[in-house]
Amino acid sequence: MEHGSYSDLSKSTFCLVDEDHTFANSVRFTLNQDPRVTFSGYSIPHPSENRVNVRVQTTGDPASEVLKDGCQDLMLICQHVRSTFEKAVNDFKTSKTGDDMDI
Amino acid sequence: MSEEENSMSEIENQEQNGGVPDYIMDLEDVPSKLPSHLQVLKTRVICNMDAPQHTDTLQYSGVYAALRVDNSVRLDSFCNNFKVEVKRFTDDDIEFDMIGIDPAIANAFRRILIAEVPTMAIERIYIANNTSLIQDEVLSHRLGLIPIDADPRLFEYPDNAGGENNEKNTIVFKLHVSCKKGHPRITVKSDALKWLPNGSELIADNTKPNADSKAKTFTSFSCSQGSRPEFSKKPPGPYNLDIILAKLGPGQEIELEAHAVKGVGKTHAKWSPVATAWYRMLPEVILMKDVKDDLAEELVSKCPVKVFDIEDIGKGRRKATVVNARACTLCRECIRGGQEWEDRVALRRVKDHFIFTIESTGALPPDVLFTEAVKILEDKCERVITELS
Repeated sequence: MEHGSYSDLSKSTFCLVDEDHTFANSVRFTLNQDPRVTFSGYSIPHPSENRVNVRVQTTGDPASEVLKDGCQDLMLICQHVRSTFEKAVNDFKTSKTGDDMDI
Repeated sequence: MSEEENSMSEIENQEQNGGVPDYIMDLEDVPSKLPSHLQVLKTRVICNMDAPQHTDTLQYSGVYAALRVDNSVRLDSFCNNFKVEVKRFTDDDIEFDMIGIDPAIANAFRRILIAEVPTMAIERIYIANNTSLIQDEVLSHRLGLIPIDADPRLFEYPDNAGGENNEKNTIVFKLHVSCKKGHPRITVKSDALKWLPNGSELIADNTKPNADSKAKTFTSFSCSQGSRPEFSKKPPGPYNLDIILAKLGPGQEIELEAHAVKGVGKTHAKWSPVATAWYRMLPEVILMKDVKDDLAEELVSKCPVKVFDIEDIGKGRRKATVVNARACTLCRECIRGGQEWEDRVALRRVKDHFIFTIESTGALPPDVLFTEAVKILEDKCERVITELS
C-alpha cells in the first residue's frame, strides 16, 4: 500500500505487510545506493504489528518506480551471492575429494 | 606501510590529497578516490581501549558528494568485488568468508536462516497412555524440539490444505514403549519414534466407525508416504537417535502419536533449521611501530589466542609480527597497559568482510540452508515488485 500525493509522485511511504527488519533494512541499503534517492528510511510503527513503513524520496522519478528498482537490485545481488556461494562450495568439495585421494 | 596502515596522527599529512594540487582534483575526468584517512574510517571499525569507533556504514550514495566521490554501489562493481571463500564444511556446519557485502544484506541472510527457513517439527501429540513420571505437556514439549530428518521442500504448509492433515503436509510418528514389572528402569530415546507412512492409527473420538468404511483417524492420507521415492531411500525420522525423552520405571508405559508439520522459526524456535547462525567481521591487527626484543616477548605473552609471533631479525635481535589476525577475539589485552601500547598496536575490523558460520540441526545440509535463505530474500523482493506493479 502506498501513501503519497497525486501531485508529487517523488515522495511516498510504502506500507509493507508481513515484512520486518530483514527485508526493510536490506531494501533501504539498495535504495540509499541509488543516486536518484535523496532520502530513504524505514520504521516499524508497532512491534506487535507485522508491518513496516518504507519512506522513499527521490530527485524526481516516481518513488514507486525507484522502490521497484531497489527491490530489483536486491534480487540481482541475491542471485549473484547465490551463484558465487554455490561455486565456492563446489570448488571446496572438489578440492577436498582431491585431498582425500592423495591419502 | 600501505595506505590503510596510516595512523590517526598522520591524518594531517593526508589532507592535501597526497600532494596533488586542488585544481587537478576539481577536473571532471579525474577519477576521484577518497583520501586514505576517510577510506580507513569508511571500511574499518577502529577498536580502541574504551570503545569501538566508526561502527556505522555509510550507505547514502551522496555521502561524499562534497569530496566529489560517488558512494553508490553499482551492480557490476558489486559483482566484481564480491567473493565467497569456504573455510570449513562438514555435515553439520559450514564456515565461510563473505567479502564485499553490506552488513544490511549479510544480516538479512542471518535473520532469514534463524527465523524464516522452513523445517519439519512435531506440532501435535496425541497421547493414548502416559504413566511415566514425566508429565504429558513436558514430554510433548521435548518431542517438539527433536530435529526431524525430512526435507521440508517435499512438504506443504498445513494452511494450504485448509486444515486437513494429508500425506503432503504431515509426518506421523508412533511412540510405544513400556517397562515390564520386575525389569530394571529403561531410558526412552528418540530412536523409539517409529514412522507411520500410512498416517495416524488412532481413531478420532467423535466419529462412529461405519461398517463399510474405515474408521476416521486424525489424518486423512490418500496414499502411503512410503511410495514416494524420496522416502524409500531415506525414511523420515529423528536426526539424532540418542536424545533422551523419558525414563520409565517398572510397570510404566508411554503410548502416543506425534504429528510433524512444516513451519518457520519465527512461529516457534523448534522450526529453526540452525542451531545457530552468526557472523563476525574479520579482525585486523596492525603494528604501528616496530616492537622489538623484550617488548616483543611481552606482546606475544599478552595475547591469549597467539595472534603475534617473534621473528629473528639477526644480531640476536627479535621483532614481533602479526601471524594470525583472524584468531583475534578483540579482547584488547594487547593494548592494555597505557597509551604506549595503544600507539603500538591498532585493532580494527573490516566492515565488509564477514566470517559466516552456520550450524545445521540436521534437516538440511548447511550449504543448502544458505542457498534457501538467499532464495527466500529473492522471493520477498519479487513479492514487493508484483505488489507495486
